[in-house]
Amino acid sequence: MSALTFDHVTIRLGGRDILSAASFEVEEGEFVGMLGANGAGKTTLMRAALGLVPVASGAIAVLGRPATRGNAQIGYMPQNRGAITGLRLTGWDVVASSAIGARFGFVTLDKATRREIDWALEEVGARELARRSIGELSGGERQLVLLSQALIGKPRLIMMDEPLISLDPAHQKSVVDIARRICERLKVAILFSAHELNPLVNAIDRVLYLGGGEAVIGAVEDVVTGPVLSRLYGAEIEVVRVRNRYYVMAGDVDVERDAHRHDDHAHSHA
Amino acid sequence: MLEYDFMRTAFVASGLAAVLAGTVGFFLVLRGQTFAGHALSHVGFTGATGAILFGLSPLAGLVGFTFVAGIGMGLFGEKLATRDVAVGMMLSLALGLGLLFLHFYTAAATQAAALLFGNVLGVDSSALLTLAVLAVVSLVALAMIIRPLIFASLESELAEARGVPVRFVSVAFLAIVAVAVAECAQIVGVLLVFTLMVGPAAAAQNFSRALIGGVLLAAGLALAEAWGGLTLAFYTDWPTSFWITALSGLVYLMSLVARFQVR
Repeated sequence: MSALTFDHVTIRLGGRDILSAASFEVEEGEFVGMLGANGAGKTTLMRAALGLVPVASGAIAVLGRPATRGNAQIGYMPQNRGAITGLRLTGWDVVASSAIGARFGFVTLDKATRREIDWALEEVGARELARRSIGELSGGERQLVLLSQALIGKPRLIMMDEPLISLDPAHQKSVVDIARRICERLKVAILFSAHELNPLVNAIDRVLYLGGGEAVIGAVEDVVTGPVLSRLYGAEIEVVRVRNRYYVMAGDVDVERDAHRHDDHAHSHA
Repeated sequence: MLEYDFMRTAFVASGLAAVLAGTVGFFLVLRGQTFAGHALSHVGFTGATGAILFGLSPLAGLVGFTFVAGIGMGLFGEKLATRDVAVGMMLSLALGLGLLFLHFYTAAATQAAALLFGNVLGVDSSALLTLAVLAVVSLVALAMIIRPLIFASLESELAEARGVPVRFVSVAFLAIVAVAVAECAQIVGVLLVFTLMVGPAAAAQNFSRALIGGVLLAAGLALAEAWGGLTLAFYTDWPTSFWITALSGLVYLMSLVARFQVR
């Protein structure tokens, strides 16, 4: 059984096919990096697996069961939209709020839940950080605290949506390293989306590349090639490999870097 | 001061409204929806003046109108950007309508003043009972949704993914806000609802980093400000609403000082 299966999935949003008859599988315990241009559907794909976006045709299965909302088998880390960056609450309180946040009625934090929160924070190395205000943490520190939320409930698939965005290289490395460690220690499959391949390239088992409604999965050296990416981008793409670093070029422009810059631009206006 | 019947009633009424307002206000501030609370109070003005015009109880008009408007607001406003304009339009439209109702109801000057600036000393025992029932029902309802509300306020996308009915929670919360606004308007008037709903809650979030502790602190501050204002008004013969706003402003100022000294 695989952790996540897309079987000829078509997703249509606003009259546009985000995915058209895309098929791929993420194996259990596997670390998959998901790449693709802005608007290629990385977030939409995750939301579909969470049962939040309807599929026009095809089927999505999570650990052999159809995708449904509120699936406890999935740990999710949405893209950080900055809503909580101004808060004075401690990281621990934020994590606790999510751990018991789905329950109505008079709910108190029991001992087992407290222990699980501490354990999850320990796993990502954020036990100490979580004592501080979430608003006082740096972007990288905050990502670690928020990542711990994805571990609660012992999921078998964790999906992380652009956790590296607006982090400096040192923090990018620590987030990727911790994701890799979680994958190995907890035997959990991880789907990790990113703008750039290079921070991930040494950590991931396989890469899932999205573009033009297609999804291609495979080893990095098989997928990140001129012919495959040219097809996905619908433009002439050249891949330059220097040691274990990849540069995806369209003409003279570094496509991945360029996508990143655009996104930063959008953020400053948000 | 407590030997007077009207003072005892005023203490109970303002205490109920303050605890509800402080508690609800904490989440209003947390969610960045204080403007919605402000607008709801103006809608309440329309409801109350309309009720007077048609010979109904202003309290019924106040509660009814804010409640419906709160639910409407929850159902509509999804995106923050559009919400500001939508809420603002509703606010001015409501005030305009209220003005029209007042225009038709000729003997309205004192009624209007009471609505706009509150008249806690004019609360009678039947109104007190209504206030008490509404406050208890609202607080129980809030307690029932408190965990999903906190989760959805902090991380709405994650909450949605975990199966929290985010929209329902948002609508239910604004309905509770609406009742709290109506209660508050009885004490400090529709124009000054901010002072009991937002002031103590914002101050509590400056004083404390705790979550549930912060909620209790907000309720406690609101209660202290309401009772303090009432006491000061009794001895000075100045308006209660003035004293409550003065205390609320003072406490907020102190909270700012406390927050920046800690840093």
